[in-house]
Amino acid sequence: MSQTLTDNPVVTINAPQPATGERKGLTKKEIAADHPTWCPGCGDFSILALYFKLIEKRRLYHEKITTISGIGCSSRFPYFVQAHGAHFLHGRALPFASGVSLSRPDLHVFAFSGDGDAFSIGGNHFTHTARKNVKMTLVVMDNQVYGLTKKQTSPTSPLGFKSKTDTWGAVDYPINPAKQAIAVGATFVARTSASNPNHVLQTMEAAMDHDGFGFVHCLSECVEFYEGAFDAANPRKGGVFNEVPKTHDVTDELAAYKLASADFPGNFGILYKVKKPTKNAREMEINKNAQSKFTGLKDWQILQKTFERMK
Amino acid sequence: MSDTVTGAPTTGGANKVSRISEAVIRIAGNSQDGIQAIGGFLARLAGRSEQEVMTFMTIPSTISGGPSIFQVRIGSGEVLTAGDDADVLLAFYQHSYEGHINSLKKKGIVLYDADHVQPKPEWESEYHHVGIPISSLTVEAIGGTAKDKGKNIYALGLIAKMFDLNIPKLEKLVGERFTGKDPSVLNNALAAFHAGYANSPTNLLETFQFTDSQKKGAQQVVMNGNEAVAYGLIAAGVRFGAAYPITPWTDIMEILRRELPKYGGSFIQCEDEIASISMALGASFAGRVAVTGSSGPGISLKTEALGWAVMAEMPLVVINVQRGGPSTGMPTNIEQSDLNIGLNGGHGDAPRVVLAPANVEDCFYMAIEAVNIARKYSVPVMFLTDQGIATRIEAFSEPDLEKVCQDITPDLTPVPMHKAYDLAAKDGITHHVKPGTQILDGRYPIATGLEHDEFGHPTGSPKLHMQMTAKRRKKLQALGATLPLPKIYGPPEGNVLLVGWGSTEGPNREAVDRSRAAGDSVSSVHLRHINPLPNGLENIFSGFNHIFVVEMNDEGLYGYGQLAAVLRARYCDAKIQGINKTDGLTWKVKEIIELIKTKLRK
Repeated sequence: MSQTLTDNPVVTINAPQPATGERKGLTKKEIAADHPTWCPGCGDFSILALYFKLIEKRRLYHEKITTISGIGCSSRFPYFVQAHGAHFLHGRALPFASGVSLSRPDLHVFAFSGDGDAFSIGGNHFTHTARKNVKMTLVVMDNQVYGLTKKQTSPTSPLGFKSKTDTWGAVDYPINPAKQAIAVGATFVARTSASNPNHVLQTMEAAMDHDGFGFVHCLSECVEFYEGAFDAANPRKGGVFNEVPKTHDVTDELAAYKLASADFPGNFGILYKVKKPTKNAREMEINKNAQSKFTGLKDWQILQKTFERMK
Repeated sequence: MSDTVTGAPTTGGANKVSRISEAVIRIAGNSQDGIQAIGGFLARLAGRSEQEVMTFMTIPSTISGGPSIFQVRIGSGEVLTAGDDADVLLAFYQHSYEGHINSLKKKGIVLYDADHVQPKPEWESEYHHVGIPISSLTVEAIGGTAKDKGKNIYALGLIAKMFDLNIPKLEKLVGERFTGKDPSVLNNALAAFHAGYANSPTNLLETFQFTDSQKKGAQQVVMNGNEAVAYGLIAAGVRFGAAYPITPWTDIMEILRRELPKYGGSFIQCEDEIASISMALGASFAGRVAVTGSSGPGISLKTEALGWAVMAEMPLVVINVQRGGPSTGMPTNIEQSDLNIGLNGGHGDAPRVVLAPANVEDCFYMAIEAVNIARKYSVPVMFLTDQGIATRIEAFSEPDLEKVCQDITPDLTPVPMHKAYDLAAKDGITHHVKPGTQILDGRYPIATGLEHDEFGHPTGSPKLHMQMTAKRRKKLQALGATLPLPKIYGPPEGNVLLVGWGSTEGPNREAVDRSRAAGDSVSSVHLRHINPLPNGLENIFSGFNHIFVVEMNDEGLYGYGQLAAVLRARYCDAKIQGINKTDGLTWKVKEIIELIKTKLRK
């Protein structure tokens, strides 16, 4: 299932290759589409810019990637990128992205989501896409607030956060996304913050190179409705950006879980990374076995064989 | 057998042989007795003997066990329904006997397991009773340890004797059924079968022989509606699907999960109904039309994503095997109460295609049509079958697979530029280029649920919303203009026209046949394309004094079933009335005829 995204990608569906032998990598100008509609100062700008940088750096082409999202501020993402994309339903980006990933091994699927989209309305899909290890890269831009609907409590809002739906302060215990991801069987779990661009790029790149479900939990401040939420993780605001200790064994699930449990701002970097067969690979294996019994037959002849038994 | 018995009626003594052209056999027992297996053997035997066959079954929605029936109607001529009343009732238990004796024709034969059934004296003069200790004779035939497992096969032997069925063919079918199992299983089955067959014929009042079939030489396949849908989708080139298990849809996903890998495709079992339709839409977006399906509550859960498919103009096939509703409703019963959700489910103006196959064979071909409409018009198609058609077995001419199978691999040839939602497109029909396609001007489309401009980017423009709304409507109007008018069954003018959809085609036609035989002026017409409707139905309606829309759903607040309400809205024709029922069972022909008479008296 490993695939090269740069030169001559592996194509299993009869995709005619562009005639040009030497194709240049894309420039930022060629990748950028609509001007983002986010509020000035939003952390999401940084993530978009770094996505562009990733595409440039890794020489990904427009048609070889798909950018998929659900609903929310973060999920406007596909409109800002010149690539085949889909802006799908609230919470449902992951199953949609799985449909693309499982049927098109020649494409790399990036899904962008927010805390409400990924962990509240789409919580069930987060669990199951992770445990199935569907190959894709998921970046959740977590601002700990509902921004598009203007300041309601989100599943990651800390206790006591005052929103329009909890004017007295949030009373529900928040989700810890990294802990949850590890617990449900994600094979790549990393934390980063939009305030540290180099780290975001590095983390997205590592997630993209992971053969499986690569989950990046990215803090992304909403300056409009939750200003200063992540100051504690930002050295420029007097906080600390603690990277995952060099001694941490990323394949140690328990250690990763403990690291993910640290109080905010916690540790940034790859918390957990293991190699497990992807859903994509497992399905291909099933197909290979099934097809081995019908070598050389056209599809209609395979169906004919089934019908022979129904007479 | 009654109308068509060519020999003497069933009054004679033993060893009399009557020539018959059809028979209705009802097998009543518990769901774990393997009575569906007997019915299946009989249906497949009929298929291999160039006969027509139709079955009807009920299954309890309990986890294990409970009363269950399987009815099979075999005919040398046309078979339209599974039959109102049985010629033969095979009853395994007292509750089977008492519960189903009413479904037996007067003077019909009740063949009962004397080990479990105590006949009632008051019924003995009305029906021919044949008691055979099936359970103990099965144990005797197979050996002591088998309990009464295998009594279904013993009973199959009795039926084979009674109807002079082709023994080598049946033995072959039994053999195929147990292929791959321990040889002792097959040996036991055959022992039980032969013991049943050899049971003294003097115990049987009479034996029957089917007249030769009218459709000699035709190769037939035998399957139920769910199987026909699944194989139709494969023939259509569908190679990806996703779903969640729910009765009675589940068979289709099981078949596709098992079969698609042979063709390099995949069917994914998802965490829920919403994920299923979302994943199918992802696959459709990625290249070729995908399928999802469900029943009852599962369809409700899918409606938001269905609306996205309408808005994003994404092809998709949604199979809806209707069951009794609302809510969890009656999971193993039949109802046609999902037409409204098919037509209108979800928020907003969201036109989509609704198709309804008329029989098992139609399930196969219409699945292909559904895929092709979805592709051609970039639209979701709701495919309405029902529990009845899903589980009933029919035999039909083997499709010419080399001809009907299609390859719908996406074309990824680079294009100079692409407007996904081109307002100038002919008839407003969108054609998406698929991911993987290079667009040379560097502008890439977004498939979106937001109202959008021609490139799929969000817009709040009132003008664009009007234009795009009209575009999504117009393409279905264009489709409507291509649809053929259904053929009228019976004369094109008369007193009563029955209008049906879905699995009611057979009962309606048989109601026409019987009414006409009794001198009444009744014809019928069957709608397979429900949204859009074909143009010109008003010309058919104008030939009749009364239009009765026969549906298995409620008459509604204003007295019209779901299709009747649509037809009244479209044609403003006060002649259109409803004939409805909600008992969760397939139409009996006599019920339709009685309701026609009741309606005409009003």
